[in-house]
Amino acid sequence: MLDEQNRAKECTVKLTVNGTEHEVDVEDDMPLLWVLRDELNIKGVKYGCGVAQCGACTVHIDGVAVLSCQIPAADVDGRITTIEGLGTTETLHAVQAAWIEYQVAQCGYCQPGQVMQAASLLSEIPNPTDAEIDDAMSGNLCRCGTYLRMRAAIKAAATKLQEA
Amino acid sequence: MARIGTIARRTFLIGSAAVVGGVAFGYYAYKRPAQNPLLEGLDSGTAALTPYVKIDQSGITLITPRADSGQGAYSVQAMLIAEELDVGLDQIRVDPGVPSPAYYNTALSSEAAPFRATDDGLVAETTRGVMDAMMKFIGMQITGGSTTVPDSYDKLRIAGAVARETLKAAAAQQSGLDVAALKTANGAVILPDGRTISYVELAPIAATLEPVQQVQLRDPGAWRLIGQAVERLDIVAKSTGIATYGIDLEVEGMLHATVRTNPRRGGPMNSFDASAARGMRGVVDIFEITGGVAVVADNTWRAFQAADAIVFDWGPAPYPAQMEQHWQVLSESFNEDHLDSRRRDEGDVDAAMSGAEVITAEYRAPYLAHAPLEPISAMVRVAAEQVDVWAGTQIPRLLQSTVADMTGFGVDHVHVHAQIMGGSFGHRLEDRVVREATEIAMQMPGVPIKLTYSREEDTSHDDTRQIAMARGQGVVRDGKVETFDLGIAMPSVIASQIGRLGFPVAGPDMQIVAGAWEQPFKIPNYRVSGYRAPELAPISSWRSVGASTNGFFHDVFLDELIHAAGADPMAERLRLCWHDPSRKVLEAVAEMSNWGAPLAANKGRGVAFCMSFGVPTAEVIEVTDTPNGIRIDTVWVAAEVGRVVDPVNFENQVQGGVVWALGHAMNSEITYSDGQVDQQNYYDFEGMRHYHTPQIHVRGLENGDHVRGMGEPMVPPAPAALSNAIFAATGQRVREMPMHKFIDFV
Repeated sequence: MLDEQNRAKECTVKLTVNGTEHEVDVEDDMPLLWVLRDELNIKGVKYGCGVAQCGACTVHIDGVAVLSCQIPAADVDGRITTIEGLGTTETLHAVQAAWIEYQVAQCGYCQPGQVMQAASLLSEIPNPTDAEIDDAMSGNLCRCGTYLRMRAAIKAAATKLQEA
Repeated sequence: MARIGTIARRTFLIGSAAVVGGVAFGYYAYKRPAQNPLLEGLDSGTAALTPYVKIDQSGITLITPRADSGQGAYSVQAMLIAEELDVGLDQIRVDPGVPSPAYYNTALSSEAAPFRATDDGLVAETTRGVMDAMMKFIGMQITGGSTTVPDSYDKLRIAGAVARETLKAAAAQQSGLDVAALKTANGAVILPDGRTISYVELAPIAATLEPVQQVQLRDPGAWRLIGQAVERLDIVAKSTGIATYGIDLEVEGMLHATVRTNPRRGGPMNSFDASAARGMRGVVDIFEITGGVAVVADNTWRAFQAADAIVFDWGPAPYPAQMEQHWQVLSESFNEDHLDSRRRDEGDVDAAMSGAEVITAEYRAPYLAHAPLEPISAMVRVAAEQVDVWAGTQIPRLLQSTVADMTGFGVDHVHVHAQIMGGSFGHRLEDRVVREATEIAMQMPGVPIKLTYSREEDTSHDDTRQIAMARGQGVVRDGKVETFDLGIAMPSVIASQIGRLGFPVAGPDMQIVAGAWEQPFKIPNYRVSGYRAPELAPISSWRSVGASTNGFFHDVFLDELIHAAGADPMAERLRLCWHDPSRKVLEAVAEMSNWGAPLAANKGRGVAFCMSFGVPTAEVIEVTDTPNGIRIDTVWVAAEVGRVVDPVNFENQVQGGVVWALGHAMNSEITYSDGQVDQQNYYDFEGMRHYHTPQIHVRGLENGDHVRGMGEPMVPPAPAALSNAIFAATGQRVREMPMHKFIDFV
């Protein structure tokens, strides 16, 4: 009986992550977070809470920030970008460059999610106010308390992107 | 400070290079340098000049044994070595090294000694020295107590200088030139004609030489790195998502595990039914471990799902089931039977209160989880010949011996691979996750087992910050604070924590009064008593430990007395403070915040002071009483640390520590019902978020003689300054954390 239920839940999921297509055979309720981390070994996507409280698992689906712990991989319709696909050490995204310039990170564990959230914010609102930054970023927890540096880095990245 | 004589007293710290140095016989057995672990299995042509510098044909590796939980410890340690070694930070790799007695932490034992940090007297200095020797004997390679910089400041610079001078000696031998004619820069020795010989090229010769023992440290005026903002060595990796934490480890053939243990901490498991879980996809095995059950699966999420499907019958907790009973135990501990220490007892408190109008107040501080954003995890593989442990930890050497005991392997066959940590705040001073992972791995020989806690399991099974209560009595006269009597009751953090690690604990626990008894104030009648409550729920070191509660109690009560006296909070603290470096931090925040300037009617300011970990720290907070609640607008912080090694990292640490302290003071507590922790995740243990965050202005002062660490001292004054500011703005005195029970924050 259990086996039948489990079999009924299984499905083949096709995902495009950072431009690469993947096919995985997983349960239809496995969150995208765990498919990325444990099935595809994309570890820039972090597990922090599993319940939409911390934002460490933030990825982009078609450029929009999404909490990957909250969406089953089977339900994803769109191209997924993780921090590894946003920019690399050679081709930094403006937000990553600003994060480095302002030395934002302490432990750094929340920062992939913060960077993804900030990049999504700047693609929607190129020149955000403090209140708009608060609104967009307050779902992303930082236990080390690097919020002030993030705010400065977001503004610097905004300036850089507008100049570009 | 750069004289040989100063160094000689400390030369026993640095390993093979400094066997001599005027050490009295009889202490020698303890002070003899620990064996340099880098010499074991070293390839020929590789030079391990001190336990901290290794040079081979692939380059220069600096060993940074203090763990990096986000505080920038690797970078700071590398800076100290590189400064004297004359290498750029882009020319080196860092490696946390292996557990070894060579990397013991001497500064931590100084912090445990029952002397005020302001006490430089002979007895205090001698006792610190004895504790140093003891620490070395035990070989505690611990990261904690804000000791990384104090412990490393001389040791690592000397290590760098020894390596540099030995490399120069090698260059002298190779070139036939006098060593005095040689200079060093950028990882190379420079000959008088301008030619350079790289350290890498010199390494094979250097390896054959006795390390040079007479070294002179650079004058601060010649420093290239110390005092400068350097790019943190991990900042690019952490900004691009390629930093790999313990929880991210992925090795061939590994399996994923999670555990469930009694939510009534330490209580027994009567039975469990895993029949539903066993059939779930990906589940490899489910079996009993100490205190609960382990699930092993092919994927973390599947392990979590299966664990959720197990039905447990848990026995009762060994501590009171309900929160009010915990408070009751503390409340009943304020008596001579529970008196643990009373090392501050000046004037005659009882006589002063007799017949006087006595001001009284009671304060409370709750249990708090550490809740670093990376849930705790550990990977262990028990193979035929050796055990490997991969973990983010503050206690690598203790883990090594623990795992050796559990598995029956000798410590030489237990390899601990330190991982970078997604926060710790004291959480990774515990060994439970490694014990559990080892227990699981022993059931599955040869298979790497990565044990990951769910957020819920981590939150509800944390060894939390202590619960604490304080009672103050005081008298004011003629506009001055005249009598200050504070009693603090809590269970012993050290007994709970060190007891779990298997060490006996004797004597008073100075953490019960830390942040209160040693404050540099002169009050005519001044008494601080520590009352040791019976053990309750398990507790552990939480960023700033005893001072995290006591800094709040001591300073808020002082503020209450100052207001009762009708004095200015800044002026009266300055009048009472006898310690010049502490006065300077108060004067600094007064100047930074323009203390005394007129404020709008709905604003208020509070100042607070606490010396903890030897760092006098003063903070001013300004709040606005808005129609929707209190908004924290601005925080000013000044701290005396002797030397700011990296100003950007320093500012980041202080700002983050203030956010940490205020977030918990506002919003967070761990409570027990029916013996179980009520909180499960960040929705009920939230801390501070972006929208709450005030402006935070930071100044590090460098007037003191001692170099101090800044991982914790910004924490204790912050909740007190907030309470004092709320009082100034509203007239409401908040004596209990979390403050959101009484105050709405916006």
